[in-house]
Amino acid sequence: MTIKILKVIALNTFKEAVRDRILYLLLFFAAVSILFARVLALLTVGDRAKIVKDVGLASISLFGALMAILIGTGLVYKEIEKRTIFTIISKPIRRPEFLLGKFFGLVLTLFVMLLAMSLIFLALVFVHTGTIEWTLLAAILFIFLELVLITAVAIFFSCFSTPILSSLFALSFYFIGHFSWSLETFIKKARPGATKVLLQVLYAVLPDLENFNLKTEVVHGLPLSAAHLLYSAAYGIVYTAFILALAVLIFRRRDFV
Amino acid sequence: MKTVLAIENVYKSFSTGFIPKKREILKGISFSVAEGEIFGYLGPNGAGKTTTLKSVLGLIFPDEGRIELLGRPHLDPRAKERLGFLPENPYFYDYLTAREFLDFYGQLFGIAKSVRDERTARLLKVVGMDRSSGLQLRKFSRGMLQRVGLAQALINDPAFVILDEPLGGLDPLGRKEIRDIILNLRREGKTVLFTSHILQDIEMICDRVAIIVGGRILSQGKLTDLISEKVLFTEVTVSGVEVHELAALGESLTAQADRVLLKVVEEDKVQDILALVQKKNGRVHSLIPRTQTLEDLFVDMVKPQ
Repeated sequence: MTIKILKVIALNTFKEAVRDRILYLLLFFAAVSILFARVLALLTVGDRAKIVKDVGLASISLFGALMAILIGTGLVYKEIEKRTIFTIISKPIRRPEFLLGKFFGLVLTLFVMLLAMSLIFLALVFVHTGTIEWTLLAAILFIFLELVLITAVAIFFSCFSTPILSSLFALSFYFIGHFSWSLETFIKKARPGATKVLLQVLYAVLPDLENFNLKTEVVHGLPLSAAHLLYSAAYGIVYTAFILALAVLIFRRRDFV
Repeated sequence: MKTVLAIENVYKSFSTGFIPKKREILKGISFSVAEGEIFGYLGPNGAGKTTTLKSVLGLIFPDEGRIELLGRPHLDPRAKERLGFLPENPYFYDYLTAREFLDFYGQLFGIAKSVRDERTARLLKVVGMDRSSGLQLRKFSRGMLQRVGLAQALINDPAFVILDEPLGGLDPLGRKEIRDIILNLRREGKTVLFTSHILQDIEMICDRVAIIVGGRILSQGKLTDLISEKVLFTEVTVSGVEVHELAALGESLTAQADRVLLKVVEEDKVQDILALVQKKNGRVHSLIPRTQTLEDLFVDMVKPQ
């Protein structure tokens, strides 16, 4: 595995993504959605800044995830379908290098897009509060970690399934991931027995993307616990590595016909 | 002579459909390509040509068999460093310009920037695409893609070049240009393997060929060994002689105005015809001895399948 090859493929993937019109369409709607928070704030009685922050962060998370899914699910599939992969694999590179290069290319793209959305968001917050709130950046950093994980999931599905199916799978992953925390409450209430064990297994297997959601803390100015942040970061990195390893396993033995 | 590519007893089958049904594509392929030759891999559509190449390139994994590329196991990246490949109906990143495209492939080989720039410019010129170098590939025609694809296959100055249907989608002039490039590669000491189902192309430039039909190699060897040099018959066009006078000497194929086209099987009869024409003060317009062509051979082989 060489860093150089990873870099070449990642940069080319970045080029591919930023020359894709769908990215700008999503960025446009993300901007509209973030700015829409301003309209909602005007209609609100009470702390308007909170609404702006809440809606803004939610928009960044949702549109970031959509970018990761809509671009990520086509990345590998398109290469196979359009047979561009033929000339790549015939070069002196290993298959995992190709797959990981694609992954890092999309991560780089999302980083840049997140930066653009954050600028709009932070400017809007600045208009409301007159200060730049650095804790918001912490929330955005964890959204980025979530997007990295979703990118890995999208690429994983893209290794063996069509973009439409992969998008459905990855979107399900996103939504399940954001609601799986409610299982926790369920487990607490369940009586000991088979049901409880089953729920516990399910909770362990399903992703918990709420780990990356710092909205409540940041918006309401609650203290951020270092232990929780560390746990969430580790959770994201380990989960991403696990999904990527699965993707590599599938991709390595695949025939490109 | 060193062997550049050795394929031994390669089998490959695919399972397709909801209820998987095994389809054997390669049924024990063996052949080898020697250094410095142009090797033609010939077969009808669906015979397994591309599947063989994909196995060599590591795009698919054969069920059985051994492939050695440039003296190493074929999946070794070091072997691929000296390999160039042009796929059939090339599809490339259409969001790149021709120059960016070649540069990208150069980077995959870890070629230094100055060398890359020089090679990209030179190769675009060689394939006649230097004027379109700033254009995105999505705006290219099929023939143009074929040319840029060939340039891509040469970006690492390979010792061995594999070309899948390199002459497909080109006009006659384009075909000649690509043929010349291939011949030039041999002059530079490179080895070329290319597939085609067009016999003239192979006949014109290949040193050796292998013929694959239905997943099996039916024949391989030097072109001169495969095709007999024996004259099968001679076609003679004459005028100034009546058809019925020629009837005993050869089979009259067409007779237009006073020109007669004769198919003459025995060689001494050709002399008789010439003597007759001279005697009658007629004219000989053409005299073509027909030897066996690759096409005849090919048709003979494909037929019993």
